[in-house]
Amino acid sequence: MPQQVPRLLAVFAVVIAALIVARRVLTPPTFGELGHYRAVAVDSIAARPVKYAGRRACAACHSPVVEQHAGGNHAGVSCEVCHGPAAAHVAAPLDTKPVISRDRALCERCHAFNPSRPLGFAQIDTVMHNPRMPCIGCHRPHTPEPPVAPQDCSACHGQFARQKAVSRHAALACETCHETPVEHRTNPRAIRPTKPTTRAFCGQCHGSPDTGAPQVDLRTHNQSYVCWQCHYPHYPEAN
Amino acid sequence: MPDAHDMPDSWPREAEPPKEVRVDRRAFLANLLAAAAAAGSPILLGAVRLPRLAAQDDGPYDASEHYYGIGLDVNKCIGCARCVAACKTENDVPLEPHYFNTWIERYILRTDGSVEVESPNGGLDGFAGIENAGTVLRTFFVPKLCNHCENPPCVQVCPVGATFVSQDGVVLVDEDYCVGCRYCIQACPYGARYLHPEKRVAGKCTFCYHRITKGLVPACVEACPTGARVFGELENRATPLARFMRFNDLQVLKPNLNTKPKAYYANLDYEVR
Repeated sequence: MPQQVPRLLAVFAVVIAALIVARRVLTPPTFGELGHYRAVAVDSIAARPVKYAGRRACAACHSPVVEQHAGGNHAGVSCEVCHGPAAAHVAAPLDTKPVISRDRALCERCHAFNPSRPLGFAQIDTVMHNPRMPCIGCHRPHTPEPPVAPQDCSACHGQFARQKAVSRHAALACETCHETPVEHRTNPRAIRPTKPTTRAFCGQCHGSPDTGAPQVDLRTHNQSYVCWQCHYPHYPEAN
Repeated sequence: MPDAHDMPDSWPREAEPPKEVRVDRRAFLANLLAAAAAAGSPILLGAVRLPRLAAQDDGPYDASEHYYGIGLDVNKCIGCARCVAACKTENDVPLEPHYFNTWIERYILRTDGSVEVESPNGGLDGFAGIENAGTVLRTFFVPKLCNHCENPPCVQVCPVGATFVSQDGVVLVDEDYCVGCRYCIQACPYGARYLHPEKRVAGKCTFCYHRITKGLVPACVEACPTGARVFGELENRATPLARFMRFNDLQVLKPNLNTKPKAYYANLDYEVR
């Protein structure tokens, strides 16, 4: 064997040994146990404190109101949405109390009219709708209902009624456009309300300038269609 | 194992050896296996990477038995941003803008084909009315968060192995090991990461890992008043998420990037990215 080979082998052995030692020293403990990361990190992330206790925790003590809430229109709204994070209250019920807000702003967070909200979601015009009155004066937050039970059309067609209520057509009654036989109430599928069939019907407002409604020239404006085939009358454009 | 060894001998029947030989061979094989197990178990255990037993000792939660995803229904989102507020509280995210684990975007599609996307302070302060309402074609809210990709670009680029996919499919950041180089923030195609201004490490949605390991749902899911967010197991049929995925047409964000997101959107508009 040439003289340089054992020397080179020794150098290689030293370098490789140094690499192995360095890797042992530099690799943090538990790195690589589960993958290319420190396994203990998972435990430390899982050990962070919980702040929202979850609705099951509330039911343990507040069962009457939780039962009442479960039957109302807010059944899907968790307690802590309105009352704030309550894990501290669960741990020490007497020391920390959750928020009980009587502020209009809390309700308006979800129910103020916003055109981007999904069609039919219950919304109000915050300026027009009993300004400065606290919502909870008329509505029970745990089982909210409109103060008057839905009657007539909105009893069944609430989605249309709610959307129309925040639209430019809010002042129009359903019967303005839909002739509804009384039998529709007892036999709703067989006997149906009408829809406007002529362009002249919408033209009563939108074709006569003295009404103040947006005007179109019925003779030139897209004669092939009835108005509602392009425009949505329950929530017209330019709202 | 001994049965497998016996099979060639047991057929045809005539070739069956005398009983004492069989017993000897079986005993020999058993001894051999025992010796091999005693000598080689550390090597074997290291090679197959058995699931770590520590988590089981701490409690009943076993990460390898879970695989999480989230469903988001755009038609149900009302843009109230209770999820954003709950997330910031639960995870100690700084309240000022630009630090969000989850946020709400508003899309406004105009009749001239233009698209406006806005998320003022993540939606926390509410959304103003729309100017030129007459030119709006469609408008809606989209909740956004980390997509917890099966194939996450952020994990690929991390130079130190500080961000990773856990066994239950959650993309996490090891805050004690992160060096704050920001590569992952650049790599995420969904803008779901930020540099935490005080800790100087990458911050992101953890699916509220400290909650889901205790059997709770993430804070944003708890706080959503309309049920627009559905959290659950992906590999177990009887969960709310499984129901959500059966009854909705689903999309993921930027599927062309092959990141395989586990945030599934229902009723998503094609303009959303």
